Amino acid sequence: MRPFHTDKNKFDKNKDANGDTMSDVTDATTAKNAPTPDDALRISDSKASGPVLAADGTPLKKSLKRALRAQKLRALALIAPLLIFILITFIAPIGDMLFRSVENQIVSSTLQNTVVELEDWDPAGADIPGEPTFEALYWDLFLAAEAKEHTKLGTRLNYEETGVSSLFRGVGRGIDDFGEDQVEALEDFDPVWEDEMFWYTLMSGGDGAEQNSRHLSAARERLTTLTTDDFIGSAGFVPGAEISELLPRTISEYSTFALFTVFADEDVVAEEEPWEAVKVSLIQELTSGVDLAGYSGPGAAELRAAQDMLADQPAIDFKQAFLDDDEDWADPGLWETIKLYSPPFTTGYFLKAVDLQKTVGGVEAVPDGEKIYGTLFKRTLFMSMVIMGSCILLGYPIAWILANLPVRTANLLLILVLLPFWTSLLVRTSAWKVMLQQQGVINDILVWLGMIADDSRLVMINNQFGTIVAMTHILLPFMILPMYSVMQTIPQTYLRAAKSLGATNWTAFWRVYFPQSIPGIGAGSILVFILSIGYYITPEIVGGTTGTFISNRIAYHISSSLNWGLAAALGSILLAAVLILYWAYDKIVGIDNVKLG
Amino acid sequence: MKLTKTLMATTALTVTAGAVLAQDMADSMTLVSWGGAYQKSQVNAYADPYKEMHPGLEVVWDESSNEAVAKLRAMDEAGNVTWDVVDVVASDALRLCDEGLAMEIDPNEILAAAPDGTSAEDDFGDLLVGDCFIPQIVYSTTFGYRTDMVPDGVEPPSDICSVFDLETYPGKRALEKRPINNMEWALLCDGVAKGDVYDVLETPEGQQQALDKLGTIKDSVIWWSAGADTPQLLADGEVFMGSTYNGRLFSVIEEQDQPVAMMWDAQVFDLDGWIIPANLPEDRLARALDFIMFATDTQRLADQAKWISYGPARKSSAPLVGQHAELGIDMAPHMPTDPNNSQNTFLYNYEFWADYRDDIDAKFQSWLAQ
Repeated sequence: MRPFHTDKNKFDKNKDANGDTMSDVTDATTAKNAPTPDDALRISDSKASGPVLAADGTPLKKSLKRALRAQKLRALALIAPLLIFILITFIAPIGDMLFRSVENQIVSSTLQNTVVELEDWDPAGADIPGEPTFEALYWDLFLAAEAKEHTKLGTRLNYEETGVSSLFRGVGRGIDDFGEDQVEALEDFDPVWEDEMFWYTLMSGGDGAEQNSRHLSAARERLTTLTTDDFIGSAGFVPGAEISELLPRTISEYSTFALFTVFADEDVVAEEEPWEAVKVSLIQELTSGVDLAGYSGPGAAELRAAQDMLADQPAIDFKQAFLDDDEDWADPGLWETIKLYSPPFTTGYFLKAVDLQKTVGGVEAVPDGEKIYGTLFKRTLFMSMVIMGSCILLGYPIAWILANLPVRTANLLLILVLLPFWTSLLVRTSAWKVMLQQQGVINDILVWLGMIADDSRLVMINNQFGTIVAMTHILLPFMILPMYSVMQTIPQTYLRAAKSLGATNWTAFWRVYFPQSIPGIGAGSILVFILSIGYYITPEIVGGTTGTFISNRIAYHISSSLNWGLAAALGSILLAAVLILYWAYDKIVGIDNVKLG
Repeated sequence: MKLTKTLMATTALTVTAGAVLAQDMADSMTLVSWGGAYQKSQVNAYADPYKEMHPGLEVVWDESSNEAVAKLRAMDEAGNVTWDVVDVVASDALRLCDEGLAMEIDPNEILAAAPDGTSAEDDFGDLLVGDCFIPQIVYSTTFGYRTDMVPDGVEPPSDICSVFDLETYPGKRALEKRPINNMEWALLCDGVAKGDVYDVLETPEGQQQALDKLGTIKDSVIWWSAGADTPQLLADGEVFMGSTYNGRLFSVIEEQDQPVAMMWDAQVFDLDGWIIPANLPEDRLARALDFIMFATDTQRLADQAKWISYGPARKSSAPLVGQHAELGIDMAPHMPTDPNNSQNTFLYNYEFWADYRDDIDAKFQSWLAQ
């Protein structure tokens, strides 16, 4: 029967070739100065003898290209609405979601200073980072707490290191009080440091002073990076040039405060008392021995007096303040995590999706008790194959019967195939529960027939069996329909011819009919397999613990744990797996062989 | 600075409240809830009376509380939050608050005081979890069992550890397919004192201990993921006992007359309530605040208990709880907070599970899949 098959392929190829030529003809005839198909042949023949010219003297190749380009543009314009629609509503969101699997900007945008300090810290060493890192952490977290961004980062890092979530939430409440002894000393010493107008004058250098907006722009960038909001426009405050030189840290903190006050709180800078962080930064700069001798701007006397007073105060110990807030800040694991996840992009999610993890020593396997994704991926692929297989076994005879019945009867039966297709997925799944459970219909009947004892009823649901049964039922129409439409096109006469040439029923089927129905099986298999690989409602309901798919974990991470990065990584891997299988199918069976009708 | 901030916030709120009277509130409002009997109780107790007071107001219900956190986050990222008031469990409220998706509230400002003048903050007491959560009801996750499946000559189960006792009480169990509650119960029945449960559960050894204890009944457990599963499994006789929300068991026992009874021992209290999404436009925020003020007052919370057996979150509402609106039975004995039922209880440890949920869940799921 081999000849039959080959013949059909040949026929297909002829048809294709024909089709191509036809379209070429159409292309050519509608174009200006159109060459004829003969021309094209002649070109290839006479390539050696110089370029062939069109009627207007331009090389034919060029003129043809121009004509075709106009055609292509017109075609593109026609599909543009659909293309744009798909790009915007489908491709872009998927791309955005998949991008999250590597995106990790939250650490570096929230802890802008800390991340820089941590660059020099060696996580393999024995010590946790020193005072400068904790000071940087203070500036970062103070602002993050004001902008309410610190808990987001806590949630993000909690995926990697248990306990960070409450650590960050807690420090957000306590960070206002860091360095409060020194701040109180300053305010008790001279109440002018609680006066918002005094601060405003000091920082802006007074009326008519020379201005320097460098720190303001830096603060603007800092805030934009942190919150992704715009801080564009006039803040009603520009730092004075002289004071900027003298107290850069304080100016920078005050500028951040000013911008946040104006754009986030919608208040007026000069009417608000600065944040504790501004005062702490001033104290830090004054105690670090800044030379105020040459300064004559507003508040010069108060600054000098404050510097003298602060000389007797103990320095602010940021590390101690953090440790007092929560001793977990001394946990090296926390700092390793922050350091490992400080780059804006991470492979962490993908590693986790294949049961690996990042550590200071490199990539390691997660402990055995936490491995799950590998098992789930394998199970998903295996069970999808089984479901696909059982759909083929059950669907093929049905499709065959449908294709060989008179049209009127076939249509009636087709409705029976489609009917469950139109029923709600949940209803169908729940119906299987009623059928398969231990006190369910099937078990009851078996007990009634005396085939099993009442106390040893079969477990057919909440396991792999339940998932396979329910999903086979649900996906069966996707297998039957392509098979049916392919089988309809196979002439009955082939079978009869085979038999008249002496084939048995089996030989006639296996060597004549079956090969011709393969495109239908291929189409149905691809449909069923790809659909089942991404199913999650049915496995969730009837799968128990051994019948759930990887998509159930993806759904969990999307809707429950909010770990969208990990969900995106799992999804990307699933997508890649499907594409690889598709490619393999194309290599082995050939995608041209897939027919929906 | 904290004081200044609070003062500022207060002033801002007062100004908003003043402006509310002058300007129009939005004339439609989208409420998000869980659907089913619970949402019905909210419609009857809150939304319908509120609509009577404000004719012309359109109330839209969205049954999305189950995935409220994810949807709200997606809406926020898309810059188009369409929800005005969202019903979530307290742990989700904490998450939304952490993510900056829920509005921080000052209970005394936006919630009505009790009729006797007790401030809202004192009236709700400890139930004000986090900075964004407006408590509404106390519910509990507890066990129900088939009375007709208790073996002859054996006392009906009254102790949480009977869940783990397959010899005395044979039959399947239904447990939720997540570590929360199950791990606590397992430790409790493995000799850990109630006060030490979370200290033990913090350690990997403690987590393994809990999983080992659960392992003793693993083959007899059907794991559920929807609150309606256990009532169905009990009604079908598929399981002998199972955990679920007490309101679901109430409806199986009282409304559907199934041979099922409650076992209140070691019930875990949890809270459900409202949050307001962050950054709502002014008119919608005004409407949401107005509705919240009405729907969480003492009488309204007590009214909800006419329709469902969940305890009102205000102390002042408890004495007002009356009879079921349709069945005419006293509701007080069916409340998880009733003294007879709450002799041995747990309160869901929000901070602990916010920290450990991802870690323990990974271990739990891996253990399940083995």
